[in-house]
Amino acid sequence: MTILDKLAAEPTTPSQEAHIENHSRRRFLQGVAGLTLAIYLPGGARAATPASSTGPLFEPNAFLRIGVDNSVTVIAKHLEMGQGTHTGLATVLAEELDAAWEQVKVEGAPADARRYNNLLWGSVQGTGGSTAMANSWEQMRRAGAMGRAMLVGAAAQKWRVPAAGITVADGVVSHPASGRRATFGELAQAAAEQPLPAEVRLKSPQEFKLIGRHVPRKDSAEKVKGTAIFTQDVHLPGMLTAVVAHPPRFGARLKRFDAAKTKAVKGVVDVVAVPSGVAVLAKDTWSARKGRDALVVEWDEASGYQGSSENIFARYREMAQKPGSIARKDGDPEAVFAGAAKVLKAAYDFPYLAHAAMEPLDCVVKLSADGCEIWNGEQMQTLDQAKVAELLGLEPEQVKLHMLYAGGSFGRRASKHADYVLEAVHIARAIGGKAPVKLVWLREDDMQAGYYRPAFHHVLEAAIDAEGRLLGWRHRLVGQSINADSPMSGLMKDGIDLTSVEGAATLPYDIPNLVVDLHTPQDVGVPVLWWRSVGSTHTAYSTEAFLDEVAAAMGQDPVRLRLELLKKHPRHAAVLRLAAEKAGWGTPLPPGKPGERRGRGVAVHESFRSCVAQVAEVTVQADGSLKVDRIVAAVDCGIAINPDNVRSQVEGSVGFALSALLYGAITLEGGQVQQSNFHDYALLRINEMPEVEVHILASAAPPTGIGEPGVPPVAPAVANAIAAATGKRLRRLPIDPAELKA
Amino acid sequence: MPTLDINGKPIRVDEAPDTPLLWVLRDTLRLTGTKYSCGMGLCGACTVHVDGQPVRSCITPIAAAAGKKIVTIEGVGESRAARVAQAVEEAWRRLDVVQCGYCQPGQIMSAVALLEENPRPTDADIDAAMAGNLCRCGTYVRIRAAIHEAAKSLA
Repeated sequence: MTILDKLAAEPTTPSQEAHIENHSRRRFLQGVAGLTLAIYLPGGARAATPASSTGPLFEPNAFLRIGVDNSVTVIAKHLEMGQGTHTGLATVLAEELDAAWEQVKVEGAPADARRYNNLLWGSVQGTGGSTAMANSWEQMRRAGAMGRAMLVGAAAQKWRVPAAGITVADGVVSHPASGRRATFGELAQAAAEQPLPAEVRLKSPQEFKLIGRHVPRKDSAEKVKGTAIFTQDVHLPGMLTAVVAHPPRFGARLKRFDAAKTKAVKGVVDVVAVPSGVAVLAKDTWSARKGRDALVVEWDEASGYQGSSENIFARYREMAQKPGSIARKDGDPEAVFAGAAKVLKAAYDFPYLAHAAMEPLDCVVKLSADGCEIWNGEQMQTLDQAKVAELLGLEPEQVKLHMLYAGGSFGRRASKHADYVLEAVHIARAIGGKAPVKLVWLREDDMQAGYYRPAFHHVLEAAIDAEGRLLGWRHRLVGQSINADSPMSGLMKDGIDLTSVEGAATLPYDIPNLVVDLHTPQDVGVPVLWWRSVGSTHTAYSTEAFLDEVAAAMGQDPVRLRLELLKKHPRHAAVLRLAAEKAGWGTPLPPGKPGERRGRGVAVHESFRSCVAQVAEVTVQADGSLKVDRIVAAVDCGIAINPDNVRSQVEGSVGFALSALLYGAITLEGGQVQQSNFHDYALLRINEMPEVEVHILASAAPPTGIGEPGVPPVAPAVANAIAAATGKRLRRLPIDPAELKA
Repeated sequence: MPTLDINGKPIRVDEAPDTPLLWVLRDTLRLTGTKYSCGMGLCGACTVHVDGQPVRSCITPIAAAAGKKIVTIEGVGESRAARVAQAVEEAWRRLDVVQCGYCQPGQIMSAVALLEENPRPTDADIDAAMAGNLCRCGTYVRIRAAIHEAAKSLA
């Protein structure tokens, strides 16, 4: 029985579908998602060389294919969503292969966790936590070195010379003693016959020709021309476009709908109920949208979430009155606070935030007799594949994923519940698989359908003794857990979601008496998700803004106090020193025009094993309006594989973080999300973008992350600069210019 | 039935006159370089040229574009603005402006329109011309630099 037959035999209704869940697979995912570090080279056995129009290929492992046309194709296991990972992976492999950069192409890997798992995520294939370079570094180097060794072996055999006398550079294999030369393409066929080398030698950093140098991005040309294909651009023969009416409140259910007017709209082909709402399928997007506008839907709203942002914060403030679960405790904070000469206290509110990638969520699904094909910018292949297989009663291998670029994601496409992917599959199934389906979330759907950065409330206290020493630190956090209902719930320890307290429980400052505790409200019905730099989006702000207040209260320079407290954290200290030096910390800031107040502020934060310090310069007008003039950043991300991409990611992080600081807030009123599009969920525009200067600390350590670590220090550095300019400490985000009026 | 002049070719379409140009370009003609992002003229991802002016195709009904010269990212390199377009694209590649790339066709169309009218824009001119184009990846530093670089190469 094929899946289409099954579909025809078992028409499903939303209520039935909601209960289909394969718990064995869930447990499987939970069990393996732990942080196990394993380095191995997948595809150890040579893949069979597939016949193709370009003839036989040399495919020594799962990451490399060399064609007789002299093309070098790097198979990228990570999603390219802007962070430069395709270029980074290709750089590392091409380095050890000694390929010429121009001959290198990049192709997205299929979903196959056996070969393409994220080595920092156990047996799960996916992209996130700024792990792409960190987990692939050794793997891609070995993949390249293996290909090189086999090309050399083939040349040695062909030319009957010792392999030791052969050199490889810029995609050419040479034997200088005899003057023989061959391109990779010329040797590809013979290399495919070579035995896999047992050992490969990796280069020492002094030998690098691509790593640490400038190589152009591999995706620039097609993205500039508009030919790069995103999910939104996929078109399959006979494809229908689906736009879905979602309930107005999280958790509300469909009562009934009347599609008569919708079906009268030209281009509309079908209207079907799915567990997440009512899908209108049409020949094109605009018709689907018009069809949805005409749809009459009645929801059972009683089952939906009714809360408002103000209620949520009021409740969080109340919860913060009592101690939570302890995430970290050093020394005896109670005693130190009881005997302190001075106690400082500040509370912070952080709103829900939408990812708001420029490409709204979308997914293309085609059901066929023997499986399911999906076209998507996939950030979490293994989970999506497992969830789709579970829904359709297939084996995961029968769910084929075609990897496309994502027009941004910032975590949203790594959906912990595969929400939008499953919605697309439900729609395709509801029409009996009769046509491929492109699900398109319009901007309003993308903004209102949830999975936000969780709202948080923080309370911080500092104890200063009679000698003016900072001896105690208390930090209490209240906010929903991202991991609790995710396949990563195995990462929770004693009820503590590490993504809630990262950056707070890992405070690097040498304060002898410290406690960090956490309340995790379970009954807030707003779906939450990781959002670029996750817990550090709020913990960096509260810790770094509060430490600045402490420094001011102690009469200390913010950089000097931090350096004193960072003696056991040389990486933090080094980036802080570098940023301070490059920004001219300690020198007077040029004054603004009359009426303008200017200030400089600093913040340093580690996230995803990278350390970033930033110095911000701001100008505040008399009416409270604000311009961030300049950000000077210093970064330690281990070896900078593509320094220009490191700079580009930090520049972009500044824009991303400023959007949140200045404007970002998803608010709820009576359970309904108040924002819908960019007019009420504003993003930073070019006229508001500061100058950004990025300095990279030289490092010989293996690479860590750079997609996210630029984000956390931006907002606290700017807030501290605002405080320096105006004396005002902003404790509720996004900032309210009214608070800054002169 | 309106006839549209798109990238120099007359094309008859049978969509209703109030259909936004964006969807005719993307879904009917498969010119998918022009992007959908907000549908309200707020983000600029759908920017095309109509008679040389940058317009938001998501809020431009085809009736309003009929009889005018419509140029998309696919055609701008061969349009009247070809010389500027090539310089802009080259600067975009040289500076590796793109990240996710989704907004960039719209950014480039706005930048080409700016340089067609003003070959030596100041930072303030760039702000004024480009503030309608959002980039969530925050590539603004490089967009500004690339426009200056393109202007220099055209001088």
